[in-house]
Amino acid sequence: MKRLVILGAGTAGTMVANKLRRRLPMDEWQLTVVDRDDIHLYQPGLLFIPFGTYRPDEVRKPRRRFLRDGIRLELGEIDRIDPVRQTVALDGGRVIGYDYLVVATGTSPRPDQTPGMLGPEWRKSIFDFYSYEGSVALAGALRDFRGGRLVVHIVDQPIKCPVAPLEFTFLAESYFRQRGMRDQVELVYATPLSGAFTKPIASAQLGGMLDERKITVEPDFLVERIDSERKVLVSYDERELGFDLLVTVPLNMGADFIARSGLGDELNYVPVDKQTFRSKEHPAIFAIGDANDIPTSKAGSVAHFSTEIFVDNFCDLVEGRPMTRAFDGHANCFVESGDGKALLIDFNYDTEPLPGEFPIAKLGPLSLLRENARNHWGKLAFRWIYWHLLLPGRRLPLPARMSMAGKHQPDKEN
Amino acid sequence: MPVVTVGPATVHVDAEGFLTQYDEWNEPLARQLAARIGIELTDEHWKAISFLRADYPAHGETATLRRVSTLAGIPIKQLFVLFPGKPAKKMAYIAGLPKPRGCV
Repeated sequence: MKRLVILGAGTAGTMVANKLRRRLPMDEWQLTVVDRDDIHLYQPGLLFIPFGTYRPDEVRKPRRRFLRDGIRLELGEIDRIDPVRQTVALDGGRVIGYDYLVVATGTSPRPDQTPGMLGPEWRKSIFDFYSYEGSVALAGALRDFRGGRLVVHIVDQPIKCPVAPLEFTFLAESYFRQRGMRDQVELVYATPLSGAFTKPIASAQLGGMLDERKITVEPDFLVERIDSERKVLVSYDERELGFDLLVTVPLNMGADFIARSGLGDELNYVPVDKQTFRSKEHPAIFAIGDANDIPTSKAGSVAHFSTEIFVDNFCDLVEGRPMTRAFDGHANCFVESGDGKALLIDFNYDTEPLPGEFPIAKLGPLSLLRENARNHWGKLAFRWIYWHLLLPGRRLPLPARMSMAGKHQPDKEN
Repeated sequence: MPVVTVGPATVHVDAEGFLTQYDEWNEPLARQLAARIGIELTDEHWKAISFLRADYPAHGETATLRRVSTLAGIPIKQLFVLFPGKPAKKMAYIAGLPKPRGCV
Protein backbone atom coordinates (compact mmCIF):
# COMPACT_ATOMS: atom_id res chain seq x y z
CA MET A 1 0.00 0.00 0.00
CA LYS A 2 1.15 3.52 -0.76
CA ARG A 3 0.64 6.07 1.98
CA LEU A 4 -0.60 9.61 1.50
CA VAL A 5 -0.64 11.71 4.67
CA ILE A 6 -2.42 15.06 4.83
CA LEU A 7 -1.63 17.34 7.77
CA GLY A 8 -4.64 19.48 8.62
CA ALA A 9 -8.37 18.90 8.04
CA GLY A 10 -9.33 22.51 7.40
CA THR A 11 -10.68 23.84 4.11
CA ALA A 12 -7.80 22.78 1.84
CA GLY A 13 -6.93 19.51 3.62
CA THR A 14 -10.53 18.27 3.70
CA MET A 15 -11.16 19.10 0.03
CA VAL A 16 -7.96 17.39 -1.08
CA ALA A 17 -8.62 14.30 1.03
CA ASN A 18 -12.14 13.91 -0.37
CA LYS A 19 -11.18 14.55 -3.98
CA LEU A 20 -8.19 12.21 -3.86
CA ARG A 21 -10.09 9.44 -2.03
CA ARG A 22 -12.39 9.27 -5.04
CA ARG A 23 -9.52 9.13 -7.52
CA LEU A 24 -6.88 6.96 -5.83
CA PRO A 25 -7.77 3.24 -5.76
CA MET A 26 -8.73 1.99 -2.27
CA ASP A 27 -6.61 -1.18 -2.61
CA GLU A 28 -3.47 0.79 -3.54
CA TRP A 29 -3.61 3.92 -1.40
CA GLN A 30 -4.03 4.50 2.29
CA LEU A 31 -5.16 8.06 3.12
CA THR A 32 -4.53 9.52 6.56
CA VAL A 33 -5.49 13.00 7.74
CA VAL A 34 -4.00 14.41 10.93
CA ASP A 35 -5.50 17.24 12.97
CA ARG A 36 -5.24 18.38 16.56
CA ASP A 37 -9.01 18.25 17.21
CA ASP A 38 -12.31 17.23 15.68
CA ILE A 39 -13.83 20.70 15.26
CA HIS A 40 -14.07 22.15 11.76
CA LEU A 41 -14.50 25.92 11.90
CA TYR A 42 -16.30 27.77 9.09
CA GLN A 43 -13.80 30.62 9.14
CA PRO A 44 -15.70 33.09 6.89
CA GLY A 45 -18.45 33.02 9.54
CA LEU A 46 -16.19 34.51 12.22
CA LEU A 47 -16.68 37.96 10.67
CA PHE A 48 -20.43 37.85 11.36
CA ILE A 49 -20.45 36.59 14.95
CA PRO A 50 -19.49 39.95 16.56
CA PHE A 51 -22.55 41.54 14.91
CA GLY A 52 -24.96 38.78 15.87
CA THR A 53 -25.60 37.72 12.24
CA TYR A 54 -24.47 34.15 12.97
CA ARG A 55 -24.79 32.23 16.20
CA PRO A 56 -21.57 30.65 17.41
CA ASP A 57 -22.97 27.11 16.92
CA GLU A 58 -23.52 27.79 13.20
CA VAL A 59 -19.79 27.87 12.41
CA ARG A 60 -18.51 24.67 14.06
CA LYS A 61 -19.06 21.05 13.06
CA PRO A 62 -17.15 17.79 13.58
CA ARG A 63 -14.32 17.34 11.05
CA ARG A 64 -15.04 13.62 10.78
CA ARG A 65 -18.48 14.26 9.31
CA PHE A 66 -16.89 15.85 6.22
CA LEU A 67 -14.33 13.15 5.47
CA ARG A 68 -15.37 10.36 3.08
CA ASP A 69 -15.27 6.69 3.98
CA GLY A 70 -11.79 5.29 3.53
CA ILE A 71 -10.02 8.31 5.04
CA ARG A 72 -8.44 7.73 8.43
CA LEU A 73 -8.47 10.71 10.83
CA GLU A 74 -5.69 10.74 13.43
CA LEU A 75 -6.10 13.26 16.23
CA GLY A 76 -2.98 14.64 17.88
CA GLU A 77 -0.47 17.49 18.00
CA ILE A 78 2.21 17.27 15.32
CA ASP A 79 5.71 17.33 16.73
CA ARG A 80 7.77 17.30 13.53
CA ILE A 81 8.26 16.05 9.99
CA ASP A 82 11.39 14.11 9.12
CA PRO A 83 11.67 14.69 5.37
CA VAL A 84 14.59 12.26 5.00
CA ARG A 85 12.96 9.26 6.70
CA GLN A 86 9.57 10.42 5.36
CA THR A 87 7.81 10.27 8.70
CA VAL A 88 5.61 12.51 10.82
CA ALA A 89 6.00 12.31 14.59
CA LEU A 90 3.03 13.16 16.80
CA ASP A 91 3.20 14.11 20.46
CA GLY A 92 3.12 11.03 22.65
CA GLY A 93 5.38 8.97 20.40
CA ARG A 94 3.13 7.99 17.48
CA VAL A 95 5.01 7.99 14.15
CA ILE A 96 3.31 7.92 10.75
CA GLY A 97 5.26 7.07 7.59
CA TYR A 98 4.40 8.54 4.21
CA ASP A 99 5.19 8.18 0.52
CA TYR A 100 3.70 11.60 -0.15
CA LEU A 101 2.94 14.33 2.37
CA VAL A 102 0.53 17.25 1.96
CA VAL A 103 0.95 20.06 4.48
CA ALA A 104 -2.38 21.88 4.94
CA THR A 105 -2.06 23.28 8.44
CA GLY A 106 -2.89 26.83 7.40
CA THR A 107 -1.90 30.03 9.14
CA SER A 108 -2.87 31.29 12.59
CA PRO A 109 -3.11 34.62 14.38
CA ARG A 110 -0.23 35.00 16.85
CA PRO A 111 -0.97 37.71 19.42
CA ASP A 112 2.14 36.57 21.32
CA GLN A 113 4.34 38.07 18.57
CA THR A 114 3.50 41.71 19.38
CA PRO A 115 4.78 42.92 22.75
CA GLY A 116 1.95 44.07 24.99
CA MET A 117 -0.88 42.52 23.01
CA LEU A 118 -1.47 39.64 25.40
CA GLY A 119 -1.36 41.93 28.44
CA PRO A 120 -4.13 42.73 30.92
CA GLU A 121 -6.29 44.38 28.22
CA TRP A 122 -6.46 41.23 26.03
CA ARG A 123 -10.14 40.49 25.47
CA LYS A 124 -11.05 43.44 27.69
CA SER A 125 -10.35 46.28 25.26
CA ILE A 126 -8.11 44.38 22.78
CA PHE A 127 -9.78 41.75 20.59
CA ASP A 128 -9.15 39.62 17.52
CA PHE A 129 -11.93 38.13 15.41
CA TYR A 130 -9.97 35.45 13.51
CA SER A 131 -10.36 32.94 16.33
CA TYR A 132 -13.60 31.43 17.57
CA GLU A 133 -13.01 32.63 21.13
CA GLY A 134 -12.00 36.12 20.00
CA SER A 135 -14.98 36.52 17.72
CA VAL A 136 -17.45 35.38 20.40
CA ALA A 137 -15.83 37.66 23.01
CA LEU A 138 -15.93 40.62 20.62
CA ALA A 139 -19.71 40.25 20.21
CA GLY A 140 -20.07 41.08 23.90
CA ALA A 141 -17.61 43.98 23.72
CA LEU A 142 -19.44 45.59 20.77
CA ARG A 143 -22.76 45.20 22.52
CA ASP A 144 -21.38 46.95 25.62
CA PHE A 145 -19.42 49.65 23.75
CA ARG A 146 -20.63 53.10 24.82
CA GLY A 147 -18.59 55.13 22.33
CA GLY A 148 -15.05 56.40 21.88
CA ARG A 149 -12.32 55.47 19.42
CA LEU A 150 -12.48 52.06 17.77
CA VAL A 151 -9.26 51.16 15.95
CA VAL A 152 -9.27 48.30 13.44
CA HIS A 153 -5.68 47.26 13.00
CA ILE A 154 -3.50 44.87 11.00
CA VAL A 155 -0.07 43.94 12.40
CA ASP A 156 1.54 42.85 9.13
CA GLN A 157 0.92 41.13 5.80
CA PRO A 158 0.27 38.45 4.73
CA ILE A 159 -2.92 37.67 6.63
CA LYS A 160 -5.64 35.20 5.83
CA CYS A 161 -8.66 36.71 4.15
CA PRO A 162 -6.96 40.09 3.56
CA VAL A 163 -10.29 41.86 2.95
CA ALA A 164 -11.82 40.78 6.30
CA PRO A 165 -10.47 43.74 8.34
CA LEU A 166 -12.06 46.11 5.80
CA GLU A 167 -15.29 44.16 5.96
CA PHE A 168 -15.23 44.31 9.75
CA THR A 169 -14.77 48.11 9.56
CA PHE A 170 -17.68 48.58 7.15
CA LEU A 171 -19.92 46.30 9.22
CA ALA A 172 -18.99 48.11 12.45
CA GLU A 173 -19.80 51.49 10.88
CA SER A 174 -23.19 50.21 9.77
CA TYR A 175 -23.79 48.52 13.16
CA PHE A 176 -23.19 51.70 15.16
CA ARG A 177 -25.30 53.75 12.74
CA GLN A 178 -28.19 51.34 13.13
CA ARG A 179 -27.86 51.56 16.89
CA GLY A 180 -28.09 55.35 16.62
CA MET A 181 -24.63 55.95 18.11
CA ARG A 182 -22.44 56.48 15.04
CA ASP A 183 -21.61 60.06 16.08
CA GLN A 184 -20.21 58.77 19.38
CA VAL A 185 -17.76 56.43 17.67
CA GLU A 186 -14.54 57.50 15.98
CA LEU A 187 -13.45 54.81 13.52
CA VAL A 188 -9.79 54.41 12.53
CA TYR A 189 -8.31 51.85 10.13
CA ALA A 190 -4.59 51.32 10.82
CA THR A 191 -2.71 49.34 8.18
CA PRO A 192 0.92 48.58 7.32
CA LEU A 193 -0.01 49.16 3.65
CA SER A 194 0.06 52.57 1.99
CA GLY A 195 -3.69 52.43 1.34
CA ALA A 196 -6.85 50.42 1.92
CA PHE A 197 -5.73 47.47 -0.21
CA THR A 198 -2.68 46.33 -2.14
CA LYS A 199 -3.89 46.56 -5.72
CA PRO A 200 -4.39 50.10 -7.09
CA ILE A 201 -7.90 49.97 -8.58
CA ALA A 202 -9.46 48.08 -5.64
CA SER A 203 -7.49 50.22 -3.19
CA ALA A 204 -8.93 53.40 -4.70
CA GLN A 205 -12.48 51.99 -4.66
CA LEU A 206 -12.27 50.61 -1.10
CA GLY A 207 -10.40 53.73 0.11
CA GLY A 208 -13.21 55.87 -1.31
CA MET A 209 -15.74 53.78 0.60
CA LEU A 210 -13.81 54.37 3.86
CA ASP A 211 -13.79 58.13 3.13
CA GLU A 212 -17.54 58.21 2.44
CA ARG A 213 -18.14 56.57 5.80
CA LYS A 214 -15.85 59.02 7.62
CA ILE A 215 -13.40 56.31 8.61
CA THR A 216 -9.85 57.61 9.05
CA VAL A 217 -7.05 55.58 7.48
CA GLU A 218 -3.69 55.48 9.25
CA PRO A 219 -1.43 54.15 6.47
CA ASP A 220 2.11 52.71 6.64
CA PHE A 221 1.55 51.90 10.30
CA LEU A 222 3.76 49.00 11.37
CA VAL A 223 3.15 48.30 15.04
CA GLU A 224 6.12 47.67 17.32
CA ARG A 225 4.28 47.22 20.61
CA ILE A 226 1.08 47.95 22.47
CA ASP A 227 1.18 49.99 25.63
CA SER A 228 -1.86 48.49 27.28
CA GLU A 229 -1.69 50.72 30.34
CA ARG A 230 -2.09 53.84 28.21
CA LYS A 231 -4.15 51.99 25.56
CA VAL A 232 -1.86 53.09 22.77
CA LEU A 233 -0.43 51.38 19.68
CA VAL A 234 3.20 52.38 19.08
CA SER A 235 4.68 52.02 15.59
CA TYR A 236 8.31 51.37 14.64
CA ASP A 237 8.58 54.97 13.46
CA GLU A 238 7.29 56.10 16.86
CA ARG A 239 3.80 57.19 15.96
CA GLU A 240 1.23 56.63 18.70
CA LEU A 241 -2.38 55.71 18.14
CA GLY A 242 -4.73 55.64 21.12
CA PHE A 243 -7.81 53.42 21.33
CA ASP A 244 -10.79 52.72 23.55
CA LEU A 245 -11.52 49.49 21.71
CA LEU A 246 -8.90 47.78 19.56
CA VAL A 247 -9.83 45.11 17.01
CA THR A 248 -6.51 43.79 15.82
CA VAL A 249 -5.40 41.20 13.31
CA PRO A 250 -2.31 39.69 14.96
CA LEU A 251 0.72 38.56 12.98
CA ASN A 252 -0.21 35.47 10.97
CA MET A 253 2.21 32.54 11.00
CA GLY A 254 2.29 28.96 9.80
CA ALA A 255 2.43 26.13 12.33
CA ASP A 256 5.43 25.90 14.68
CA PHE A 257 6.13 22.25 13.78
CA ILE A 258 7.03 23.48 10.28
CA ALA A 259 9.82 25.59 11.81
CA ARG A 260 10.91 22.70 14.08
CA SER A 261 11.14 20.49 10.99
CA GLY A 262 13.33 23.05 9.17
CA LEU A 263 10.74 23.37 6.40
CA GLY A 264 9.57 26.96 6.83
CA ASP A 265 10.48 30.50 5.82
CA GLU A 266 10.63 33.40 8.31
CA LEU A 267 6.87 33.09 8.96
CA ASN A 268 6.80 29.25 8.98
CA TYR A 269 5.33 29.01 5.47
CA VAL A 270 6.61 26.19 3.28
CA PRO A 271 8.40 27.50 0.17
CA VAL A 272 6.81 25.84 -2.87
CA ASP A 273 6.62 26.12 -6.63
CA LYS A 274 3.80 28.65 -7.09
CA GLN A 275 2.15 26.70 -9.92
CA THR A 276 2.25 23.15 -8.48
CA PHE A 277 2.69 23.64 -4.68
CA ARG A 278 5.54 21.12 -4.60
CA SER A 279 8.14 21.84 -1.94
CA LYS A 280 11.23 23.45 -3.45
CA GLU A 281 13.42 21.18 -1.31
CA HIS A 282 11.58 17.88 -0.90
CA PRO A 283 9.80 16.38 -3.93
CA ALA A 284 7.60 14.10 -1.77
CA ILE A 285 6.14 17.10 0.09
CA PHE A 286 3.45 19.50 -1.11
CA ALA A 287 2.00 22.44 0.82
CA ILE A 288 -1.48 23.72 -0.03
CA GLY A 289 -3.94 26.35 1.19
CA ASP A 290 -2.58 28.95 3.58
CA ALA A 291 0.41 26.81 4.62
CA ASN A 292 2.56 27.66 1.58
CA ASP A 293 4.31 30.84 0.46
CA ILE A 294 2.61 31.46 -2.90
CA PRO A 295 2.23 35.19 -3.63
CA THR A 296 -1.55 35.40 -3.63
CA SER A 297 -4.26 35.86 -1.01
CA LYS A 298 -4.50 33.44 1.87
CA ALA A 299 -8.18 32.76 1.26
CA GLY A 300 -10.66 29.91 1.00
CA SER A 301 -11.23 30.62 -2.69
CA VAL A 302 -7.52 30.20 -3.38
CA ALA A 303 -7.56 26.93 -1.41
CA HIS A 304 -10.51 25.81 -3.53
CA PHE A 305 -9.13 26.73 -6.96
CA SER A 306 -5.64 25.53 -6.16
CA THR A 307 -6.77 22.13 -4.87
CA GLU A 308 -8.41 21.39 -8.22
CA ILE A 309 -5.08 22.00 -9.94
CA PHE A 310 -3.20 20.07 -7.27
CA VAL A 311 -5.44 17.00 -7.38
CA ASP A 312 -5.15 16.65 -11.17
CA ASN A 313 -1.39 17.10 -10.99
CA PHE A 314 -1.02 14.63 -8.12
CA CYS A 315 -2.92 11.92 -9.99
CA ASP A 316 -0.63 12.45 -12.98
CA LEU A 317 2.46 12.34 -10.78
CA VAL A 318 1.66 9.06 -9.03
CA GLU A 319 0.87 7.42 -12.34
CA GLY A 320 4.25 8.45 -13.71
CA ARG A 321 3.07 11.26 -15.98
CA PRO A 322 4.37 14.84 -15.91
CA MET A 323 2.31 17.39 -13.93
CA THR A 324 0.80 19.60 -16.63
CA ARG A 325 -1.57 21.94 -14.79
CA ALA A 326 -0.31 25.29 -13.46
CA PHE A 327 -2.08 27.47 -10.90
CA ASP A 328 -2.59 31.10 -11.99
CA GLY A 329 -3.14 32.55 -8.49
CA HIS A 330 -6.91 32.85 -8.91
CA ALA A 331 -8.73 34.40 -5.92
CA ASN A 332 -12.37 35.43 -5.62
CA CYS A 333 -13.76 37.20 -2.56
CA PHE A 334 -16.99 38.78 -1.47
CA VAL A 335 -16.39 41.99 0.49
CA GLU A 336 -19.18 42.88 2.92
CA SER A 337 -19.76 46.63 2.95
CA GLY A 338 -22.57 46.99 5.52
CA ASP A 339 -26.32 47.67 5.20
CA GLY A 340 -26.92 44.29 3.55
CA LYS A 341 -24.58 44.91 0.64
CA ALA A 342 -21.30 43.49 -0.60
CA LEU A 343 -18.75 43.77 -3.43
CA LEU A 344 -17.12 40.94 -5.32
CA ILE A 345 -13.47 40.90 -6.40
CA ASP A 346 -11.84 38.38 -8.76
CA PHE A 347 -8.12 38.38 -9.58
CA ASN A 348 -4.93 36.31 -9.99
CA TYR A 349 -1.12 36.56 -9.96
CA ASP A 350 -1.10 38.86 -12.99
CA THR A 351 -4.47 40.63 -13.07
CA GLU A 352 -5.59 42.93 -10.25
CA PRO A 353 -9.28 43.14 -9.20
CA LEU A 354 -11.14 44.96 -11.99
CA PRO A 355 -14.66 46.35 -12.29
CA GLY A 356 -17.26 44.68 -14.51
CA GLU A 357 -19.35 41.56 -14.19
CA PHE A 358 -18.56 38.06 -13.01
CA PRO A 359 -20.49 35.44 -14.98
CA ILE A 360 -21.77 32.34 -13.16
CA ALA A 361 -23.37 29.57 -15.17
CA LYS A 362 -27.16 29.26 -14.55
CA LEU A 363 -27.20 31.90 -11.78
CA GLY A 364 -26.33 34.93 -13.88
CA PRO A 365 -23.70 37.61 -13.35
CA LEU A 366 -22.58 39.24 -10.09
CA SER A 367 -21.14 42.73 -10.28
CA LEU A 368 -17.44 43.25 -9.62
CA LEU A 369 -16.06 46.01 -7.38
CA ARG A 370 -19.55 47.47 -6.93
CA GLU A 371 -21.74 47.20 -3.83
CA ASN A 372 -25.13 45.57 -4.08
CA ALA A 373 -27.50 43.32 -2.14
CA ARG A 374 -27.10 40.39 -4.56
CA ASN A 375 -23.43 40.03 -3.65
CA HIS A 376 -24.35 40.07 0.05
CA TRP A 377 -26.84 37.23 -0.45
CA GLY A 378 -24.17 35.40 -2.42
CA LYS A 379 -21.84 35.67 0.56
CA LEU A 380 -24.47 34.38 3.00
CA ALA A 381 -25.44 31.52 0.64
CA PHE A 382 -21.81 30.51 0.55
CA ARG A 383 -22.03 28.97 4.03
CA TRP A 384 -24.42 26.29 2.73
CA ILE A 385 -22.25 25.78 -0.36
CA TYR A 386 -19.19 25.39 1.86
CA TRP A 387 -20.57 22.62 4.05
CA HIS A 388 -22.52 20.76 1.35
CA LEU A 389 -20.55 21.17 -1.87
CA LEU A 390 -17.09 22.58 -1.28
CA LEU A 391 -15.79 20.46 1.61
CA PRO A 392 -17.15 17.18 0.18
CA GLY A 393 -15.15 18.03 -2.97
CA ARG A 394 -18.07 18.38 -5.38
CA ARG A 395 -17.65 20.52 -8.47
CA LEU A 396 -18.87 24.14 -8.35
CA PRO A 397 -19.70 26.15 -11.48
CA LEU A 398 -16.57 28.25 -10.95
CA PRO A 399 -13.47 27.83 -13.11
CA ALA A 400 -10.16 27.22 -11.33
CA ARG A 401 -8.50 29.59 -13.83
CA MET A 402 -9.43 33.25 -13.70
CA SER A 403 -11.34 34.48 -16.75
CA MET A 404 -11.28 37.97 -18.27
CA ALA A 405 -14.92 37.60 -19.41
CA GLY A 406 -16.97 40.57 -18.16
CA LYS A 407 -14.01 42.48 -16.76
CA HIS A 408 -13.18 46.06 -17.80
CA GLN A 409 -9.64 47.41 -17.97
CA PRO A 410 -10.20 51.07 -17.00
CA ASP A 411 -7.05 52.40 -18.67
CA LYS A 412 -7.88 50.65 -21.94
CA GLU A 413 -11.27 52.31 -22.06
CA ASN A 414 -9.90 55.84 -21.82
CA MET B 1 9.66 50.51 -19.79
CA PRO B 2 11.28 53.94 -19.39
CA VAL B 3 15.05 54.29 -19.50
CA VAL B 4 16.76 56.78 -17.20
CA THR B 5 20.30 57.93 -16.58
CA VAL B 6 21.67 57.57 -13.07
CA GLY B 7 25.17 59.05 -12.86
CA PRO B 8 27.18 57.39 -15.63
CA ALA B 9 24.70 54.50 -16.06
CA THR B 10 21.61 54.07 -18.20
CA VAL B 11 19.05 51.74 -16.63
CA HIS B 12 15.51 50.45 -17.13
CA VAL B 13 12.99 51.45 -14.47
CA ASP B 14 9.25 51.18 -13.81
CA ALA B 15 6.85 54.11 -13.42
CA GLU B 16 7.99 54.67 -9.81
CA GLY B 17 11.70 54.46 -10.57
CA PHE B 18 12.41 50.90 -9.37
CA LEU B 19 14.96 49.07 -11.53
CA THR B 20 13.44 46.36 -13.68
CA GLN B 21 16.62 44.52 -14.77
CA TYR B 22 18.38 42.67 -11.97
CA ASP B 23 21.72 42.71 -13.78
CA GLU B 24 21.83 46.45 -14.43
CA TRP B 25 22.57 47.06 -10.75
CA ASN B 26 26.03 47.58 -9.25
CA GLU B 27 27.42 49.12 -6.09
CA PRO B 28 28.25 52.59 -7.47
CA LEU B 29 24.70 52.74 -8.87
CA ALA B 30 23.30 51.83 -5.43
CA ARG B 31 25.19 54.79 -3.93
CA GLN B 32 23.69 57.08 -6.56
CA LEU B 33 20.16 55.75 -5.98
CA ALA B 34 20.58 56.11 -2.21
CA ALA B 35 21.78 59.71 -2.60
CA ARG B 36 18.62 60.50 -4.60
CA ILE B 37 16.50 59.63 -1.55
CA GLY B 38 18.85 61.32 0.91
CA ILE B 39 20.68 58.27 2.24
CA GLU B 40 24.43 57.83 2.51
CA LEU B 41 25.23 54.13 2.60
CA THR B 42 27.15 52.88 5.64
CA ASP B 43 28.28 49.31 6.37
CA GLU B 44 24.99 48.72 8.18
CA HIS B 45 23.01 49.80 5.13
CA TRP B 46 25.13 47.52 2.98
CA LYS B 47 24.38 44.54 5.19
CA ALA B 48 20.67 44.94 4.41
CA ILE B 49 21.18 45.75 0.72
CA SER B 50 23.52 42.78 0.21
CA PHE B 51 21.00 40.47 1.85
CA LEU B 52 18.23 41.71 -0.45
CA ARG B 53 20.41 41.25 -3.54
CA ALA B 54 21.41 37.70 -2.54
CA ASP B 55 17.92 36.68 -1.44
CA TYR B 56 16.02 37.84 -4.53
CA PRO B 57 17.25 35.33 -7.13
CA ALA B 58 16.71 32.38 -4.77
CA HIS B 59 13.38 33.54 -3.35
CA GLY B 60 11.86 35.15 -6.45
CA GLU B 61 10.36 38.04 -4.46
CA THR B 62 11.75 41.15 -2.81
CA ALA B 63 12.28 40.37 0.88
CA THR B 64 9.83 41.88 3.37
CA LEU B 65 11.02 43.77 6.45
CA ARG B 66 10.30 40.74 8.59
CA ARG B 67 12.35 38.53 6.28
CA VAL B 68 15.32 40.92 6.36
CA SER B 69 15.00 41.19 10.10
CA THR B 70 14.83 37.43 10.73
CA LEU B 71 17.32 36.18 8.14
CA ALA B 72 19.86 39.04 8.07
CA GLY B 73 19.56 39.68 11.81
CA ILE B 74 18.78 43.41 11.61
CA PRO B 75 15.95 44.43 13.96
CA ILE B 76 12.96 46.06 12.22
CA LYS B 77 13.39 49.08 14.46
CA GLN B 78 16.92 49.53 13.09
CA LEU B 79 15.68 49.24 9.49
CA PHE B 80 13.38 52.19 10.21
CA VAL B 81 16.40 54.16 11.48
CA LEU B 82 18.54 53.24 8.45
CA PHE B 83 15.83 53.78 5.82
CA PRO B 84 13.43 56.27 7.46
CA GLY B 85 9.72 56.35 6.65
CA LYS B 86 9.18 53.46 4.26
CA PRO B 87 12.12 51.10 4.77
CA ALA B 88 10.82 48.20 2.65
CA LYS B 89 10.38 50.41 -0.40
CA LYS B 90 13.59 52.36 0.12
CA MET B 91 15.69 49.20 0.50
CA ALA B 92 14.19 47.71 -2.66
CA TYR B 93 14.80 50.96 -4.56
CA ILE B 94 18.47 51.09 -3.58
CA ALA B 95 18.96 47.34 -4.15
CA GLY B 96 17.57 47.62 -7.68
CA LEU B 97 14.72 45.21 -7.03
CA PRO B 98 10.95 45.37 -7.68
CA LYS B 99 8.84 47.26 -5.17
CA PRO B 100 7.80 44.72 -2.49
CA ARG B 101 4.33 43.53 -3.39
CA GLY B 102 3.11 43.99 0.19
CA CYS B 103 0.95 40.96 -0.36
CA VAL B 104 -2.45 40.51 -1.72
